[in-house]
Amino acid sequence: MITFEGVTKRYPDGTVAVDDLDLEVPTGAITVFVGPSGCGKTTSLRMINRMIDATSGRITLHGRDVREIDPPTLRRGIGYVIQQAGLFPHRKIVDNVATVPYLLGWSKKKARTRAMELLELVGLDPGLAGRYPFQLSGGQQQRVGVARALAADPPVLLMDEPFSAVDPIVRASLQDELLRLQSELRKTIVFVTHDIDEAVKLGDTVAVLRVGGRLAQMAGPATLLTEPADDFVREFLGRDRGIRRLSFISAKEVRLRPAPSDLATDEAGRPLGWRTGDELAAYGTFDPESDSLRAALDAALLSANGVAVAVDEDGRVRGVAGRDAIDELLAEYAPPPAPSPAPSPPPSQGSGPAEEAPA
Amino acid sequence: MSQEPLVRWDWIARNWANGGPTAISALLENHIVMAFLPVLFGLVVALPLGLACVRWRWLYQPTAAVMNVTYSLPSLVLFSIFLSVTGLTRSTVVIPLTFFALAVLVPAVVDGLASVPDPVRQSAVAMGFRPVRRLLRVELPVAVPVVLAGLRVATVSSISLVSVGALIGQGGLGNLFIDGWQRQFYTPIVVGIALIVLLAVLADGLLVLAQRLLTPWSRARRAA
Amino acid sequence: MNFLFGFFGDASRWSGPDGIPVRLLEHLEFSAAAFLIAALVAVPLGMLIGHTGRGALLVVVAANAARALPTLGLLVLVVLLAGVGTVLPVLIPLVVLAIPPILVNTYEGVRGVDADLRDAAYGMGLRGRQVLFRTLTPVALPLILLGLRLAAIQVVSTATVAAFVGLGGLGRFIIDGLATKTYESVIGGAVLVAGLALAVQFAFVLLDRVVVSPGVRQVR
Repeated sequence: MITFEGVTKRYPDGTVAVDDLDLEVPTGAITVFVGPSGCGKTTSLRMINRMIDATSGRITLHGRDVREIDPPTLRRGIGYVIQQAGLFPHRKIVDNVATVPYLLGWSKKKARTRAMELLELVGLDPGLAGRYPFQLSGGQQQRVGVARALAADPPVLLMDEPFSAVDPIVRASLQDELLRLQSELRKTIVFVTHDIDEAVKLGDTVAVLRVGGRLAQMAGPATLLTEPADDFVREFLGRDRGIRRLSFISAKEVRLRPAPSDLATDEAGRPLGWRTGDELAAYGTFDPESDSLRAALDAALLSANGVAVAVDEDGRVRGVAGRDAIDELLAEYAPPPAPSPAPSPPPSQGSGPAEEAPA
Repeated sequence: MSQEPLVRWDWIARNWANGGPTAISALLENHIVMAFLPVLFGLVVALPLGLACVRWRWLYQPTAAVMNVTYSLPSLVLFSIFLSVTGLTRSTVVIPLTFFALAVLVPAVVDGLASVPDPVRQSAVAMGFRPVRRLLRVELPVAVPVVLAGLRVATVSSISLVSVGALIGQGGLGNLFIDGWQRQFYTPIVVGIALIVLLAVLADGLLVLAQRLLTPWSRARRAA
Repeated sequence: MNFLFGFFGDASRWSGPDGIPVRLLEHLEFSAAAFLIAALVAVPLGMLIGHTGRGALLVVVAANAARALPTLGLLVLVVLLAGVGTVLPVLIPLVVLAIPPILVNTYEGVRGVDADLRDAAYGMGLRGRQVLFRTLTPVALPLILLGLRLAAIQVVSTATVAAFVGLGGLGRFIIDGLATKTYESVIGGAVLVAGLALAVQFAFVLLDRVVVSPGVRQVR
């Protein structure tokens, strides 16, 4: 666990980058620092591995004040991933990944073996090991950056806008990859981004910071979406909070009914379309086991007749859910009733099963 | 010899303008002409050559290679080689120094044009500039700081290199070094070095001033 | 062309204390000594200034001074002051003129390393010295080598002019030839020095190939 206790960073020119920050970063989960530029999110991150030293206050890592630890020693125990990956251009990929093991005095053979394992772990072709960074795409370089940070198996990983320099498609795949890795590795990750969607997608906990380095709100992503603490957070979260919140509700509980006869399927039971006269009309599918309520609603909206088709992981029809069935669940998870259809729900606990309480 | 002072002011006073070809003022004048002509010629050739190298990329590699080789030759070597062509004339100094100036200026022009940010170029194209107008109105002005930086290096080097020409009798202020050496007399040597450095500093200062006047925006951008 | 045959065809040019081999060796000796001293001073200094950022002004001043100072004047003055006939003083201007290119390029090379790279290096727990030697130096190596190359060429060139103040070396052929109006000697000497300068240039191109990581060379 990492704790910030009254941490302030003030620069000699008087600028306050971080102002009296108190928070706890839970072990084994992803905590995202998000906010507009100038909110001190990167400064806060860099104070953990002492790339920047706090002016006052205390940061502890596993109960120890980081200021008692010699910075290089501290940093070797913390993985660090930055925006442009920061790979060493003069070293081959495998040696880039093995940097920290070398520093820790591992044998060359052991360090390289470990590096090869990691390349595979982050989904890179081991054939790339002998290349130089300039021969890799931006997305590949970023994966190498993650592998390098993980090389000595540090319990803590600091990621400073690691995916913001790659295109949206690559970014989405890197995000998915990180979530997959995290489900295996259970590291304590602090992740900095200015992109609220990325924060909500990746964070088990999201800390929203405002300009001037003050903590605006810290909560699980679903809570954040339903109950933003103030206007700043609400504005920062942007539009469609209600819809986006559905991503955190499982579609498991959607009541299914058997597929009607006008749903055409192939011999394996996979849907082909809704019969309307001689033609087949559009349909949408969701997998109740793995998808969210948002996907179920989306499937209903995509179907010509408003009925979502539930499928299993092989794509075979399991049943259908009309909008009534989805509505039922929506009602269950609706925020507590408000006096009028106001855009801002009152601040009360409307927690769902997919939600994690703020640590 | 040990009593000899570094500078004898009376000698300077007597020889500043004695009317002869070895008067310090005459040498200075000579020096200025021989130092600036190569830079001028160099610039006149480097601009079109640099533009051509940008327009036809394949031209740059061989040009750069030739420049590189030229630049690595000692000035005395080039003077010696041209001696057999142009004899003991000013051209024997001015022509080799023109090559040196080119070796600095062509890369400066190419780098300068390369320093034009792509968005600037693209938006000029998008606004309908034709190539020649785009070059004159957008690309060259943006390239000016880099070209001027090269011009400063070429000018200062040229001023200092002219003095080596004294070894073949055409060195402007460099002749003072030969004179001082032959007579074991410090004053002409010190005067020569001082005037050459002064000339270099002055020329450099003028070029810095020129850059401020020509590109008022570049200073503002640096300050921001 | 006739000049060249006259010069290189003459058997007496190839032996004795004024023969080409002896002069070449002399030239190499002086140049190598001056170059090594300059490199030993300027490379560490440039790395230090580039790494710490302190003393950058010194670099700028040195760079400009070196360009403005007339080689011949400096040689003549130093040798006259030290007393004609001694050899070591000639090394002083050679070294002084070789230091700035090394200093400037080493400084620029170390200084110019991508900030992200420094950040990553520190972030992974490299210590100051490790950052300098394992990250900044290899990445700055192309520029450091450029500085060394310019200095080496400068030294070869200055050593040629130094024949005027009594130093041996290939410059003798040019200076003596000019004095006696023996142009075949002037041209012959010029060709020899040119050959040496090109050989130095070529040697550095090879060195670059060998010691610069392909990962860095491609990025340029």
